[in-house]
Amino acid sequence: MLKQLILAGFGGQGVLSMGQILAQSGMVEGKEVTWIPSYGPEMRGGTANCAVTVSTSPINSPLVAEPDILVAMSLPSLEKFEPTVKPGGWVFVNSSLIKVEVKRKDIKVCQVPANELADELGEVRTANMVMLGAILATEQIVSTATVLEALKKVLPSSKHHLISLNAQALQAGANVVG
Amino acid sequence: MSKVLMKGNEAIGEAAIAAGCRYFFGYPITPQSELPEYLARRFPEVGGVYLQAESEVAAINMVYGAAATGARVLTSSSSPGISLKQEGISYAAGSELPCLIVNIMRGGPGLGGIQPAQSDYFQATKGGGHGDYKVIVLAPASVQELADMVGTGFDLADKYRNPAMILGDGFLGQMMEPVDFEGIKKSEIAEKTWAVGCKKGRERNVHTSLYLDPEELEKHNIKLAQKYELIAENETMAQEYLTEDAEIVVVAYGLVARICKAAVEKARAEGIRAGVFRPITLWPFPQKVLRKATAAARGVLAVEMSMGQMVEDVRLYLEGRLPVRFYGRAGGMAPTTQAVYEEIKKISLECRGVE
Repeated sequence: MLKQLILAGFGGQGVLSMGQILAQSGMVEGKEVTWIPSYGPEMRGGTANCAVTVSTSPINSPLVAEPDILVAMSLPSLEKFEPTVKPGGWVFVNSSLIKVEVKRKDIKVCQVPANELADELGEVRTANMVMLGAILATEQIVSTATVLEALKKVLPSSKHHLISLNAQALQAGANVVG
Repeated sequence: MSKVLMKGNEAIGEAAIAAGCRYFFGYPITPQSELPEYLARRFPEVGGVYLQAESEVAAINMVYGAAATGARVLTSSSSPGISLKQEGISYAAGSELPCLIVNIMRGGPGLGGIQPAQSDYFQATKGGGHGDYKVIVLAPASVQELADMVGTGFDLADKYRNPAMILGDGFLGQMMEPVDFEGIKKSEIAEKTWAVGCKKGRERNVHTSLYLDPEELEKHNIKLAQKYELIAENETMAQEYLTEDAEIVVVAYGLVARICKAAVEKARAEGIRAGVFRPITLWPFPQKVLRKATAAARGVLAVEMSMGQMVEDVRLYLEGRLPVRFYGRAGGMAPTTQAVYEEIKKISLECRGVE
């Protein structure tokens, strides 16, 4: 198994964290993982993205030119990365913010109203976890149980009360896929 | 939990602590700032001294002072900052003071950009500052290797009383990978009888790079040159991948070698016998291993994130025996697996055309 993802959105939407949690979870499951962020004069509201690779064998290049999965949390990220997705790959579209259609016909599309679902949970900042829930329900990269275990490891104990909220967000995303 | 997911820059910091380093002098610059940030937080916990100097020039001279007292000392920066440190590195080499310098390279020349590059190869391996001297240069390719090579760098610096450098790029510094600190080699720091400090009745120790008498300076130059010969003889490191039967050998260092490995696997799947030769020490360059690794080759391709620097050494050490092509991206752009694969294919066709 080798899955390469690009997760992209506005700064502040939690795309870098989403990637880190995925990489962390892959590591917990004993898989090989790499995480590379875009870096530059970044700011809240600007664009941010990261590339994540999860594999069952050692990873050669951690750079992702042709992702199996693209997560577009905002319109500029969809426009920028849609052309790069591997034919037959997936694009997860945050349909709360993206009102245009995916142009390519050779990739699969999953529409996730991530902001709305996160709002329903009372915390719009869980939109990234809603999205992650949808991804993991579609492609078995890691199990959601591992994600929750990984959260326990990376979050300080003062934040552990948020884990159940994150579990709900993952579930809300998974429900979109059905 | 034996493995932790960490940024390359942070892993260097933790590895420095594991290697017994307790002194850091530096100045922030993208893309290596997580390293000083990490040590600013961690050093006070382990009784270390973290000091953000007023400039890179000040920082490297603080390194000189700490090294003279026998301390295991680290500094780090990125390309433009490393240029500023060159005077101090030359002085440390001249005074034979061990220290570890980390360069997480970004694009140049001048201020250049802040994205990853490998365009400081010449500066790192050919001296960098003024005078006849060499710095031991290590080029890791993963976050684990970044951590492993911190101890190696300190040990080599101590063993030969010479500055050592870890040459990485912005990708390596910024990326996260699992890293295991429990398994990294523990170093025994030998007593440094040459260090300045409390004399306790012994002869006074002096460290200087100033030799006004030309005869004395020449003697010193010869002594240094002999030391460099010894290092070149004993301390080269390289990694080979599928080179035994390779008709095309791709030469690359650091993260780029991993991109080339992926390209070579793609070429192999198409029946092209390709391999990767990766120098781990850039100085001393593993020239003997390179010649051995290219014994079956008909063509060599050097790949770098620069306009072509290491390729000059590859040509030098192959002594015209084989055609050496170059493929590079610069300014913060990285070669893709596909592009390297296509270069390999081109050379393969050319080689067959000769038959």
